[in-house]
Amino acid sequence: MMKDKLRKIAKGGLGQLAIPLIAIALLVIFNLIRDPGFFVIGLSHNNDGNLVLQGNLISIINGASELAVLAMGMTLVTAACGGQDISVGAAAAIAGSVFVKTLKSGAGISGGKVFVAFLLACIVAMIFGSFNGALVAIFKIQPMIATLILYTCGRSIAYWINGGATPTVSSPIITAMGSFIPGIPIPTPVLIVIFMTILFKLLFRFTSLELFTQSVGINGSAARLNGINTTFIKLLSFIILGVCVAVAGSIGVSRLGLINHETLLLDIEMDAILAVAIGGNSLGGGRFKISGSIIGAYVIQMLTITLYAMKVSSTDVKAYKAIVIVILVVIGSPVFKEKFGKFMNKIRKGKDGYLEKGAEKA
Amino acid sequence: MEENCLLKLRGIDKLFPGVHALNNVDFTLRKGEIHALMGENGAGKSTLIKILTGVYSMDAGSILVEGKDVHINSPQDAQNNGISTVYQEITLCPNLTVAENMFIGREDNLWVKQKSYEKRAEEILNSLQIPARARQQLGNCSLAVQQMVAIARAVDMQCKVLILDEPTSSLDDKEVNMLFGLMRDLKSRGVGIIFVTHFLEQVYEVSDRITVLRNGELVGEFLTEELPQVQLVAKMIGKELDELNNLSEGEEHKEHTGEVFYEAKGLSSSETLPFDFSIKKGEVNGFTGLLGSGRSESVRAIFGADKVGGGTVKIKGKTVKINKPVDAMKNGIGYLAEDRKRDGIIADLSVRENIILALQVMNGFFKPISRSESEAFADEYIKALNIKTASRETPVGSLSGGNQQKVILARWLLTHPDYLILDEPTRGIDVGTKLEIQKLVLKLAEEDVSVTFISSEIEEMLRTCSRLIVMRDRHIVGELKGNDLNQAQVMKTIAGGESS
Amino acid sequence: MKRLPKLLCVVLTLALVLGLCACGGGKKGGAIKVGVVNNPPSESGYREANVKDMEAVFSAENGYELKTAYSLKNDEQLQAAQGFITEGVDYLLISAAETTGWDEVLKKAKEAGIKVYLFDRMIDVDESLYEAAVVSDMAKEGETAVQWLLDQNLDTYNVIHIQGAMGSDAQIGRTGALDEQFASGKMNKVVQQTATWDEAEAKKIVESVINSGEDFNVIYAENDGMAKGAVAALDEAGITHGVDGQVIVMGFDCNKWALRELKAGAWNYDGQCSPFQAKIISDLIKSGSAPSSKKIINEEKGFDAKTITDSDIETYGLGE
Repeated sequence: MMKDKLRKIAKGGLGQLAIPLIAIALLVIFNLIRDPGFFVIGLSHNNDGNLVLQGNLISIINGASELAVLAMGMTLVTAACGGQDISVGAAAAIAGSVFVKTLKSGAGISGGKVFVAFLLACIVAMIFGSFNGALVAIFKIQPMIATLILYTCGRSIAYWINGGATPTVSSPIITAMGSFIPGIPIPTPVLIVIFMTILFKLLFRFTSLELFTQSVGINGSAARLNGINTTFIKLLSFIILGVCVAVAGSIGVSRLGLINHETLLLDIEMDAILAVAIGGNSLGGGRFKISGSIIGAYVIQMLTITLYAMKVSSTDVKAYKAIVIVILVVIGSPVFKEKFGKFMNKIRKGKDGYLEKGAEKA
Repeated sequence: MEENCLLKLRGIDKLFPGVHALNNVDFTLRKGEIHALMGENGAGKSTLIKILTGVYSMDAGSILVEGKDVHINSPQDAQNNGISTVYQEITLCPNLTVAENMFIGREDNLWVKQKSYEKRAEEILNSLQIPARARQQLGNCSLAVQQMVAIARAVDMQCKVLILDEPTSSLDDKEVNMLFGLMRDLKSRGVGIIFVTHFLEQVYEVSDRITVLRNGELVGEFLTEELPQVQLVAKMIGKELDELNNLSEGEEHKEHTGEVFYEAKGLSSSETLPFDFSIKKGEVNGFTGLLGSGRSESVRAIFGADKVGGGTVKIKGKTVKINKPVDAMKNGIGYLAEDRKRDGIIADLSVRENIILALQVMNGFFKPISRSESEAFADEYIKALNIKTASRETPVGSLSGGNQQKVILARWLLTHPDYLILDEPTRGIDVGTKLEIQKLVLKLAEEDVSVTFISSEIEEMLRTCSRLIVMRDRHIVGELKGNDLNQAQVMKTIAGGESS
Repeated sequence: MKRLPKLLCVVLTLALVLGLCACGGGKKGGAIKVGVVNNPPSESGYREANVKDMEAVFSAENGYELKTAYSLKNDEQLQAAQGFITEGVDYLLISAAETTGWDEVLKKAKEAGIKVYLFDRMIDVDESLYEAAVVSDMAKEGETAVQWLLDQNLDTYNVIHIQGAMGSDAQIGRTGALDEQFASGKMNKVVQQTATWDEAEAKKIVESVINSGEDFNVIYAENDGMAKGAVAALDEAGITHGVDGQVIVMGFDCNKWALRELKAGAWNYDGQCSPFQAKIISDLIKSGSAPSSKKIINEEKGFDAKTITDSDIETYGLGE
């Protein structure tokens, strides 16, 4: 049994997750060679007097939180619609603005108010999500084109909400949300990602979302003839992405207690799409693995932090990132997999050809 | 003999994960010969053809074209060696003109002017007597003509070997005859044709030689005139010959006398005219007619697959509204669509997921079937319908056509329908599976399930149905039962005119 | 139907004549007509403050009648300026989107006897076409900040330098003076990275330095947002900052919230490229005399945490 499993893994039985996991492994090895102390995790007091975890590893996991959350939703949209939402960054700016606007209305910030603010951000993001979703599902506009609209005007809308300023909110609750909860050494955004992951798992466990989404994405016509409401499923994927957008936007705002509608989660849509691709999901829709996208998000972040640690100028970071990502995506492509499979077969045959022959006779 | 030899395959071997698709297969094609390649699903026909056309690479063996050893690693290689293929699904571009389709993607014609290739196309079409004009948009031609254009394209590329993969499965009789005329014409010009089909009659009508494969192995090569049809079937399926005989002889066509399960009055959809229809419990009836007569559209209207027009529907005497597929499903109706690839399978999903899909939809969004339960369902039906798959988690797209069809059947059986609509369940499927499906239909009827069965093969419908609804030009033109259920009467009604 | 265009012409001409009359009469009545062509307030916090300042200074109470036109596009701005000339304003104030293409319009203004002031941005035209340009000296702003830093007399200067979007005026101005110090060896460059005005990016950059264990005692961020991002990283790492802290924090723009941080002693310095040109121009208009120079450099502010007052925050702070 054990041997079978090992052999399966050796044969690429990790399947979809192989590429992102290998990428992480390579980055870890690279960093360990470059600087053995890269992954050292320390425990120290922060300025609020809490004992918190520190180190590059924490920076990576923490910094990737918004991306990971968005990648989850993006995976679903990609699977159902065979296209991507490029407006998530702009939508997050809107959600963040709503979040801040609500917090700033009236005096003082209580836990209840934060909750209401988040709820409002969620509702607004879901409304914009359903706007995108309606364009895609009902009017059959290509997702990238449909979401181009919000991508273009989203940050202007965010600007209107707070009248153009970069308002700040300061409250221990917001600090706890964006940084650390007193007494818990793990960054709160990381906890939120874990929470969201569990939420998605539960969603897949207690609804048929996964099966239906995949069916719609692979063969919409057949899905419809099997009674699946394809319009609803596509719309739903955008609405769920809306929730992810609100969560990501609120994390982004809480980190600094400030909203800058122009820079909040800037360009994150591209990273989110890349995370989906690195996670081995087809950008053409169909079968998907949320876990792949999450790992993909961490790959991107680890890459960024590694480059920062190497003092690569942040203008150059994008170029380096592009190179690595091109390699990853090509390796993950079906064409490469096929070629690689053939190549491995040849090697295997050369190595234990006699075994194969023996097996054939039997 | 050797001089005549056009194509020679020796000891072809192909392994897929878990399946030995071809095992030491030989095949010979001579000049000016129509050679039928026969076998059940999974026999290895498709694999052999895909190797020959460079889609797959073989693991062992050799290919000789006119005595020369060749290596075919891509479809381009195949073309350069004079091997052309016309597939079951037409792979041309419907929104280009006929002429453009004939010349597109050919390097030697990169800079040819539109006028000159249109003229050339017109010549070829004329010489092959294909009823199409060069400047006509391909999508406006009938399927048969599209197929013939694909053949004309191959001919113009100086092909020596022409492979026709199920060319007749979506053609009606007249169109088939046109195609055969073209094939004979090409044959007289010295082209070797490999003809893959499931229609036995057609094999006997047009082919010179037959090669039979079974389970990836060569059974033998025969001259068509020396191999009786019964024996061919026996060689293909290896067994169950008696059963086949029994079936085709048996079956009394007695009229059904159960209570009415489904009744529609003035039912119409965006694709049909209003029509009346009813079916009793445990009855098997069928829609027949030529392609385009509206038989598929009618059953789609019953299932709510197209936009509903009007009419009243009663199920077990109660009026119900069926506006979309899920309404029909909730009322106990199942529908196996005509186009398996487009409307049936979810190719990338596993056999298991495909099987539970319809049941899951009926259970609803918030009541997912648990993993263990779905595994049990899948295993049950894989066994019951004898679905050949490596495992229940294999993507259904990698199964052979017949097995894909069985998966979809399993999907609907799992919903335990009261009324099952099967539109062309046996198209493009081997004899053995056809037989299984027919038996299944009769068994369902015994269990009081109503079945509507549509097939291009009238014999098949005569065997299974106790009532036939005949359609012509989107109208129901007759209903046959009892003694009227014979081939001659059906043909007469379909053709119209003389009988009335 | 044919009569309509004619009618329109008549009405327009009438309106024009009446407008001119009104203009002539306006002067007697005392309200000075000012047309402002500016970039829209949504462009930046700076612009927002700039626009508000204009509106506050050229108010009815101060004896002005203000007309405004906001656009990011040069040709739209040109049209608006043309419109103001036709309407017959007394003064035309321009902050141009682009430096070229203004000759014609300014000549027309001169012919019409309209006095032109440029503010915030220069235009490539002959000096004779405008009264004066009230502008900021971006390099000066950086120099002021760096001079302040040198005045702190630290033993060593290990600086994390977080830049704005590369190539922008503000970035170039704020980077220059510090680069000189790096070059002369008076200050050590721990890291120099652009965060393209992005707060979160700034946080990551500082985090990365902290994780590498390198020493630093100054954070020079080219705007307030990035300074806030940097401070968030310090807070999480338990590094003190501001007055009496381990690390000196410097920002730019003088947002009100940033000045409050300064007042609270969490930051040390905030510099400003002043968006307040209206007062200077208004004074020039009211004085009636020609300005002493064609180019008037707006005084740049820099605030020290130790000396900043609440009234400073109210007067000079941007936003709310």
